[in-house]
Amino acid sequence: MGQIVSIEALAAQIRDGMTVAVPSDTSGVAMAATAAIIANRPRNLHLVCIPISGLQADMLIGEGLVGTVETSAITLGEAGGAPRFADGIRSGAFAIKDATCPAILAGLVAGQKGVPFMPIRGIIGSDILATRDDWKVIDNPYAPDDPIVVVPAIRPDVALFHAPEADRFGNVRIGRQTELAAMAYAARTTLVTVERIVETSLLADENAAAGVLPALYVGAIAEAKNGAWPLSLAGEYNTDTAEVARYAKMARSAEGFAAYMHGFARKFEAVA
Amino acid sequence: MSASPATSREILIATIADLLDGVRTVAVGASSPIPAAGAMLLRARNERRGREPVRVIVLGSREHNFFTNGAFELFDATAQGRIDAFFLGGGQIDGEANINLVGTGDYPASSVRWPGSFGSAFMYYLVPRVILFREEHSPRVLVDKVDFVSAPGASERIYRCGGPHALLTGLALFGFDKQRKRFGLRSVHRGSSADEIRAATGFDYDAPAQVPFTPEPDAETLGLLRGRVTDELAECYPQFARAMLADRAA
Repeated sequence: MGQIVSIEALAAQIRDGMTVAVPSDTSGVAMAATAAIIANRPRNLHLVCIPISGLQADMLIGEGLVGTVETSAITLGEAGGAPRFADGIRSGAFAIKDATCPAILAGLVAGQKGVPFMPIRGIIGSDILATRDDWKVIDNPYAPDDPIVVVPAIRPDVALFHAPEADRFGNVRIGRQTELAAMAYAARTTLVTVERIVETSLLADENAAAGVLPALYVGAIAEAKNGAWPLSLAGEYNTDTAEVARYAKMARSAEGFAAYMHGFARKFEAVA
Repeated sequence: MSASPATSREILIATIADLLDGVRTVAVGASSPIPAAGAMLLRARNERRGREPVRVIVLGSREHNFFTNGAFELFDATAQGRIDAFFLGGGQIDGEANINLVGTGDYPASSVRWPGSFGSAFMYYLVPRVILFREEHSPRVLVDKVDFVSAPGASERIYRCGGPHALLTGLALFGFDKQRKRFGLRSVHRGSSADEIRAATGFDYDAPAQVPFTPEPDAETLGLLRGRVTDELAECYPQFARAMLADRAA
């Protein structure tokens, strides 16, 4: 529980066919771990984006490691569209399960609570519903003439994210990004990389304990300084916009993507 | 104050502030500098005029976002009826105000794929005042019928308390009639004309015989926009704030 391991040992826990929940680009994405995962080449991953993704999903798709993407969007933000995602859509390289943000969050909450589904407003009349045979419309059992969508519980094999700090006991500070906690509650295990590991318990200070994910949910932690780079980590550093723009440009072609990823891998080898 | 005339961006921002008039809480999605500026402008102007305070939530900002419950809070607060206005766009918007954020061609193998629907298939139904904003005004964006409905403009026989309030583009402002599921041209921005709008719009809409120009911001509004609002924007949209200054100098 909350074991502190090397980033390679952490990455080795992502195996073929696993369902992996990942957060949006500004919530703490484990990018250094993504480089380590890519080195291991697990196949046919099922990515669940909470509730959207960007650079990380685009890289894993471009590397051919993804069988299914469940998401409300894949975007590089200011840097534009996600090129390997769009290319994979055109060629049918993976199965896409389009969603809308609060429906993914509702599925996660169902997973967290151990119930089979969660109702959610809106969605009826959207083509998303037509493409999602796992989403149903039921009659509100408490009021007449009120059809409502239900989405199934999301129970990922693994939740994977990057956070500012963990303590020696396996507790992780996530701050206001409470969807990271929901990911961890719903997932069978959670893998976390952190900027630093501290000696004193993060639960010791009553004023700060609310923003801490307890070790109960955490499978493994690895230290990775600047581990979200080139993405941001709230309270620690901003997005390296020039680097994301460089990726966006290079990844327009398969060759450019391969060249970028070669450099990306080497960058993290140098750090490790 | 050097009263150089409003730039096209400033007219859009001031129009958004006018469209938001009366709201208590407005949320703005990520990567939406013009809507964020419009919301901040209304907040500043109401404060100046001693009117009811406006709460502004800019996703992706630290300074202008008071949420503490992560990705959940916008959607939960919306479902609780606490969010009065929100902005949506789309790669395609059609004459019935259906929006497409997914792509063109045969789904799922879209020939042009956009990021995805984000929260639109929820927010469009539940936020009372949704402002559709898309700067590009062309027949490829404003289409007769969208290729994929991320969220429909109107619905029958389901719980729905929200929907389109207006469509603002770089050239014009439309209102939307929910009963008739039809846009009506309200005004064209300086430099455009009713004929140009008709030619650049891929769907049919109503229009008055004489189409007015979109009102330009008064001196007080322009002063706030060029002062306090530009400073506030610089925190979350530094590039955009610099572009506004460059516009003004040009």
